Amino acid sequence: MSNLDIILQQLANGLILGSFYSLVALGYTMVYGIIKLLNFAHGDIYMVGAFIGFSILSVVSGILGDGWTGIVATMALSMIAVGFIGVIIQRIAYRPMLQAPRLSILITALAVSLILYNLVMSITDGEFKAFTVGLGYEGISMGEVYITFTQMVLVSATAVLMTILHLFINKTMYGKAMRAISIDQDACRLMGIDVNRVIAVTFFVGSALAAAAGVMAGVYYGSIHFFMGFVIGLKAFTAAVMGGIGSIPGAMLGGLILGLLESFGTQIPFIGSEWKDVFAFGILILLLVFKPTGLLGRTEIERM
Amino acid sequence: MSDIVLQLQDIETCYGKIVALRGINLVVKKGQIVALLGANGAGKSTTLRTISGLVKSSAGKIMFLGNDITRSPAHETVRNGLIHVPEGRRIFKGMTVQENLDLGSFTLKDDGVRKKRMERVFGLFPILEKRRKQDAGLLSGGEQQMLAMGRALMNEPKLLLLDEPSMGLAPFLVQEIMRVIRQLNASGATILLVEQNAKAALKLAHYGYVLETGKIVMENDGNSLQNDARIVNAYLGN
Repeated sequence: MSNLDIILQQLANGLILGSFYSLVALGYTMVYGIIKLLNFAHGDIYMVGAFIGFSILSVVSGILGDGWTGIVATMALSMIAVGFIGVIIQRIAYRPMLQAPRLSILITALAVSLILYNLVMSITDGEFKAFTVGLGYEGISMGEVYITFTQMVLVSATAVLMTILHLFINKTMYGKAMRAISIDQDACRLMGIDVNRVIAVTFFVGSALAAAAGVMAGVYYGSIHFFMGFVIGLKAFTAAVMGGIGSIPGAMLGGLILGLLESFGTQIPFIGSEWKDVFAFGILILLLVFKPTGLLGRTEIERM
Repeated sequence: MSDIVLQLQDIETCYGKIVALRGINLVVKKGQIVALLGANGAGKSTTLRTISGLVKSSAGKIMFLGNDITRSPAHETVRNGLIHVPEGRRIFKGMTVQENLDLGSFTLKDDGVRKKRMERVFGLFPILEKRRKQDAGLLSGGEQQMLAMGRALMNEPKLLLLDEPSMGLAPFLVQEIMRVIRQLNASGATILLVEQNAKAALKLAHYGYVLETGKIVMENDGNSLQNDARIVNAYLGN
């Protein structure tokens, strides 16, 4: 392979990896922005999304087939289902803790994470499940570079979801309220905004995006596992911090950059692909040292 | 009796174990500007926060337009037309002037009405129209106060609670803000005004209350308070 081929191939690989990271990072950053919670259960929401998608697909594929029609329907249904799961978790686990010290709600999030993945582990007996879809390996080749249609569709789907999110956040009243709540909750109450309701909507949207990523990961990798949310949770958190936690464009950017860095990191001589996690977290540490607010983050001054 | 917009009966409010209000009784009638005066820490802001529902009273009763709103959460009292412009303006920095105004009419569904109201706000504060696309955090203090009031007006308030609208402003801006308050009142808004600047407030007010450590210690119509020797000594200076 020529150098150019390698660059193109890694660009494609990095974009798809980055898509998953971005979609999960968005949920992290939105929830942090609005209630200052690092929702460590968010990676598990992604995993639950994959399993819900798996169950829905087994029903839907009987009706719509396991091609793209079935997959898109599965994704949409999973997003709705997992969105509501996110809202329910928020209602039961987080809302009672909103007035408590920040550490308490963080520990609650860890507990939710443990509950979710142990629950899925016991249901699935800890086994890998094959995510069977009827997509071939057709694609386009440019010289030695080969990009499948599946990859292209998944990256495009991510772009569509992000565009919809962008419009929702910037153009609708609820989106504006969401941003306003991250600035000043009491002022929002005085505008007639039901803060709890907007928080619930935020959890719905964040969880739905994670579910989309979960289903996409199932489609792309072909198998799912109860532990799949752990590493991506950490990576998405890294991406959110890189972009500037609380910043929505930051999460999109951070995810893509992290995906690209990882895929290009595999090409560094003497550092094989098994070092890619070291590479990702090393970047996080460097960034925290030199630019702690992240690429697009705002400087927050905690006043006494 | 029907011209009473707001009535507080024996309102008590605590922050933890600290009692901030010790039985407040006050009445705001339709079309009035009522001033609430007092030193720092007397409980002026707490009174407004209790009325709008940001903090809960521990005893007493609040009636707004004949409805008991003592237990209503803040976002519901807004829907009935009781709008509170908090101390320190609390505009949404990082969002544009226009987005701030949009959020002021969050409870409104009709975009046409929203546009009309925004035009009215721009009529009162032309500077906001010029800066509608700018980050609200970049506005000057006076402009931020105008934005905070404009945002409240987007909700067509039946009663406007203003907390220290002149705080930190240059004298000519204080006059400008007071002029707008008078103008709003002339066009039908009822206003409960909290001010440290007692002189400016009493010039506008039809009626005034003086708070001291969580209690009302004096009340009278605006003119009498302005000439009351105790007020002059305590708040107006010579």
